[in-house]
Amino acid sequence: MNNFTVEAIELTRLYGGREAVSNVNFTLSKGEVLGFLGPNGAGKSTTMKMLTGNLAPSNGSVKICGIDMMENPKEAKALIGYLPEMRPLYKELTVDEYLIMAARLHRVSAKHVKKAVETAKERCGLGHMSKRLIENLSNGYQQRVGIAQAIIHRPMVVILDEPTVGLDPIQIRDIRALIREVGGEHSVIISTHILPEVEMVCDHVQIIDKGKLVFNGPIEVLKKQRIGNKLLIGMRAPPRVEDILKIAGVSEAESLANGLVRVRFADDAAPAEAIVQASVQQGWGLYQIAPDQTSLEDVFMQLTYQEQAVA
Amino acid sequence: MIINVARKELKSMFASPMGWVILSVLMFAFGTQYLNAVNDYFAVMSGSMRPAERTGVTQFVGQSVYGLASFIMLFAVPLLSMRLIAEERRSQTLPFLFSAPISLTEIVAGKFLGLVAFLSVLIIFIAGMLSTLNIWSDVDFGFLVANSIGLLLMVASFSALGLYFSSLTQQPVIAAMLTFVALFALMMLDRFFAGDPGNVLANLSLTRHFQSFSGGLIDTADITYFLLFTVTFLTLTVRRLDADRLRG
Repeated sequence: MNNFTVEAIELTRLYGGREAVSNVNFTLSKGEVLGFLGPNGAGKSTTMKMLTGNLAPSNGSVKICGIDMMENPKEAKALIGYLPEMRPLYKELTVDEYLIMAARLHRVSAKHVKKAVETAKERCGLGHMSKRLIENLSNGYQQRVGIAQAIIHRPMVVILDEPTVGLDPIQIRDIRALIREVGGEHSVIISTHILPEVEMVCDHVQIIDKGKLVFNGPIEVLKKQRIGNKLLIGMRAPPRVEDILKIAGVSEAESLANGLVRVRFADDAAPAEAIVQASVQQGWGLYQIAPDQTSLEDVFMQLTYQEQAVA
Repeated sequence: MIINVARKELKSMFASPMGWVILSVLMFAFGTQYLNAVNDYFAVMSGSMRPAERTGVTQFVGQSVYGLASFIMLFAVPLLSMRLIAEERRSQTLPFLFSAPISLTEIVAGKFLGLVAFLSVLIIFIAGMLSTLNIWSDVDFGFLVANSIGLLLMVASFSALGLYFSSLTQQPVIAAMLTFVALFALMMLDRFFAGDPGNVLANLSLTRHFQSFSGGLIDTADITYFLLFTVTFLTLTVRRLDADRLRG
């Protein structure tokens, strides 16, 4: 018996012959936060709809804590909290009315409804909004109500489709903290366009492009790819490349414009100090030395671009 | 679970003034009709000398009020049923219900029950209003019960049809128009076949099956007709929503 909370097996969805999602496989364990990345129209939302039973997959299956979504939809759905891209809020109700209704529909027993609503409101910072009509709340607060609705029944898996869209920076920080907190006890899947966000909250990353999974792995791999073992050195009187290669630990050096040199080094080496010393001794006129980071955007572009080239 | 969905529908019905306004306006119409009918009863009965021409006050007033009620429901039900699914589809709130641990059948049954519960408030009020005749005369309560059951069954059929049309579109107004036209056609059907009462199509008419109830007769054949009508359209609605999930 494995303890995967979410298992997606060969998920495929056709829209009139066109594959919106094709052959997506992944698993998620308890306490993990999975980030779902991809350009517009890549199939993120479609995958999420299939995971939550809002859309039937053309092929493949979804298992939530070992329960098949197709065969036992009620049992499987009871373990999920879902916030779709378009918030499903009944705007004519007050926050309290709406959350009580959500709790009841998610089979929270009558005794615990009140407590569940209080807890959810507290976690999402909605305490003072109880009696307000949802219609009159700001965008950010409506989003919080949406998240409160998804976590009210303490589900095993929380699925949030672009949870931080349209929020102000403070709210985004709060929501991220909330996602981390929820991720401690449950599994969370979030989709987003904001790449640094993934690095901040997720343990696992998946990049999907044109319906296909192009990257699936822990966030460290992506971070490593991003930071790499590279230094960017700026010098007024740059020496020849061979001289730099003589410094211990440097495995590769490449001359760029404006006296900049990009240096690659082995995994366990730290040649920065040696480079500075060499520069001082030989008068290279060092004015800048910094780790050379590829932005996450570049990594993302690379991954989605490679896929295009293959196809 | 069905109850929770029904409660949600009732809550949103009464969350806006719409529910209250419709209840009060309709009750005002029925009340006026009731007053007029009582006045007419005295006018007509004082003119009819022979015993054969005389009818009871329950039947006279009851037929007038229930006749109006079944006619008004033809307009009221489409207006109430139109938003049940179409509105949710337009404001994209359906995933809220779809991702909750409830089956499609429960969602549809809950929405249907919510609407019927709202409308049965009117039916109870009408029965209560007519019972007040008992203060100065002997009311035939059997007649009231038969009419109430008939009206309830008819309203349920209207609601099921309205719910189905609401599930077909995103635009509540289109749903209301379609429901109204379909109901009107079904009501009028037996008029077209007035010369040929045995025709099969005439038997599909909603009016024809309401007639026995309005005479105070509870006929199982008519009950079956209304129940079948309701179940058919509820099933179609479930299938329509299921198609959403399958085809997207």
